[in-house]
Amino acid sequence: MLGEGIIQGLVETARNFFGSYVEKERLVTVQFPEERRELPEATRNFPFLLYDGGDPMAGLRCVACQICEKECPPHCIHIEKSKDKKPDFVGKAQAYPAVFDIDVSVCMSCQICVEVCPFDAIRMDTAFELSTDNRFGGLLWTKEQLAKSNDYYRTIHPTEAAECDERRAKEAEEAKGKAAAAAAAAAAKAAAAASGGTPSAGGTSANGTAGNGAKAAPAAPEQTEVKP
Amino acid sequence: MNAAGQVDQIFVTIKSWLVGHAPAPFQTLVSIVLMIAAIIVVFAALFALTVLLERKGLGRIQNRYGPNRVGPFGVLQPIADALKALTKEDVVPRAADAVVHYLAPLVLVGTVFLAFAVLPIGRNMTAVNLDAGVLFFFAIGSATELSIFMAGWSSRNKYSLLGAMRAIAQMVSYEIPLILSAVAVVMMSGTLSTVAIVEQQAHYTAGIAHWNVFTPWGLAGFILFMIAAMAETNRSPFDLPEGESEIIAGYFLEYSGFKFALFFLAEYVEMMAVSGMAITLFLGGWSSPLSFLQWFPSWGWFFLKLLAFLGVFIWIRGTLPRLRMDQLMNFAWKFMLPMTLIVIFSAGLWRFLAPPVVGPGVLGAVIRWLVCALVIFAPYIVLARTLERGRKIEKRTYRFAE
Repeated sequence: MLGEGIIQGLVETARNFFGSYVEKERLVTVQFPEERRELPEATRNFPFLLYDGGDPMAGLRCVACQICEKECPPHCIHIEKSKDKKPDFVGKAQAYPAVFDIDVSVCMSCQICVEVCPFDAIRMDTAFELSTDNRFGGLLWTKEQLAKSNDYYRTIHPTEAAECDERRAKEAEEAKGKAAAAAAAAAAKAAAAASGGTPSAGGTSANGTAGNGAKAAPAAPEQTEVKP
Repeated sequence: MNAAGQVDQIFVTIKSWLVGHAPAPFQTLVSIVLMIAAIIVVFAALFALTVLLERKGLGRIQNRYGPNRVGPFGVLQPIADALKALTKEDVVPRAADAVVHYLAPLVLVGTVFLAFAVLPIGRNMTAVNLDAGVLFFFAIGSATELSIFMAGWSSRNKYSLLGAMRAIAQMVSYEIPLILSAVAVVMMSGTLSTVAIVEQQAHYTAGIAHWNVFTPWGLAGFILFMIAAMAETNRSPFDLPEGESEIIAGYFLEYSGFKFALFFLAEYVEMMAVSGMAITLFLGGWSSPLSFLQWFPSWGWFFLKLLAFLGVFIWIRGTLPRLRMDQLMNFAWKFMLPMTLIVIFSAGLWRFLAPPVVGPGVLGAVIRWLVCALVIFAPYIVLARTLERGRKIEKRTYRFAE
């Protein structure tokens, strides 16, 4: 009958109206700044730079290889390589970024920088409140602003971080084994060359820190003179 | 006069007391100014309240909170809205007819507020008791069409003009059922004076008021009147003139800042005016529904009824989607117009089936009621069936380009 559907519709909206006062699940709104919905683990928004240890600038994993800068589709990453070198977690001498800037306003959150990074140095963050009142300086993030600790990474993406830590621990272990073997070989060579001479200093480094397990080698022992 | 009576007449007393202070030659003028000021202040405040209720109500209907940031529970939202409207830039298009563009919102607000002149807001609380009050109301109501067309035409924008054309077509079409459903009441009460119409309804039999809505022709006429009133005030689901999705905002597209706010105000005040008229014609104006509730002040009853009407307006807006132009016109001419004519016929029948004809007592009253209701209901069924015949309602399928 004409008008029947209108009555049904009115009943439905009335049910919504009164129901929203009594049923909590009807009112799905999350009142954002006060209440926050827990982000899913897969949330990815903007990259950050990982560092190990206590000092963000000294512990940066980034070696300024500039792969991410070249791969970045919108060219939002700007890297300047350092002149000097410092050892990385496996003890290899590597450059570090003198300048590492990402333009927040240009980044399109594609995660390609993360996928191409061979050093596990750049990862995606979950932070999304990136707005600022300074649109020139405020949106260009320097390496000081981008650097975040491995502990932070473990809190935001636990599964991924555990996998990464495990892999890096294994690599460090392998590097250590190789270094020890190399040191032993060098020591043997030295001993053979000059029998009765003083023992090499390189031998002591092999039995350095053995129990860093999950924590991926905060500061690798000095092995700079040995080639793995 | 007892306490309830004093409260009932408190505004009348205050006004006569204030007027008494003015020198004799100016007393009429002061009285007029006081009434105008009261109407503007009260209904503008009610507009602010309605906007808040609408935004909260629609929010709840759509399972969200609605505005809740300004003040506790968002009650200060209308103030924030008003400040925003006042501080916004007033843009007039270069090609617009500046004078008409400027005048349109003023004419609209002026005519809309004029309609309140004849509405009995309470006992002895009618600004002007015209002998032809109902006629005056509808005449003033038609004048809003002029200002809407002024707005649409002077903006020199195709969408504005389309909106104005739609508004004119719609308002002209729906004015006929609006007035015809009021004609039944005028026929039965034998007067065009709004005050007299309300006073006739403020009588009680067995504790129940003689409201027109309690008769079959009154009930049907009331529903038809409200549908037509909704179309007349461009309220959803008849808000084609301002269809955002099709013609952006219709006739007030080129208005910004306070002029836009005036259009907004006028829409809501017009809604209150037609609701007030519906209350006057069908729901006994300021009278209470049951005789033992008469201690409640008459103006209180009026505003309670008005708020209920506004609530229903909001409810319907939250429920129904916008009509299409052909649906709108078909509904006006093929359904509303015949139904209003049938209601007039039923009202006539009601008049001639007055107690001595069908028999005395309760039985006679019941027979009279049922006969008159059947006279309306049977044609309604026939009409609804006829209109739905040949129309297939099925799930819409979409065909895409290959």
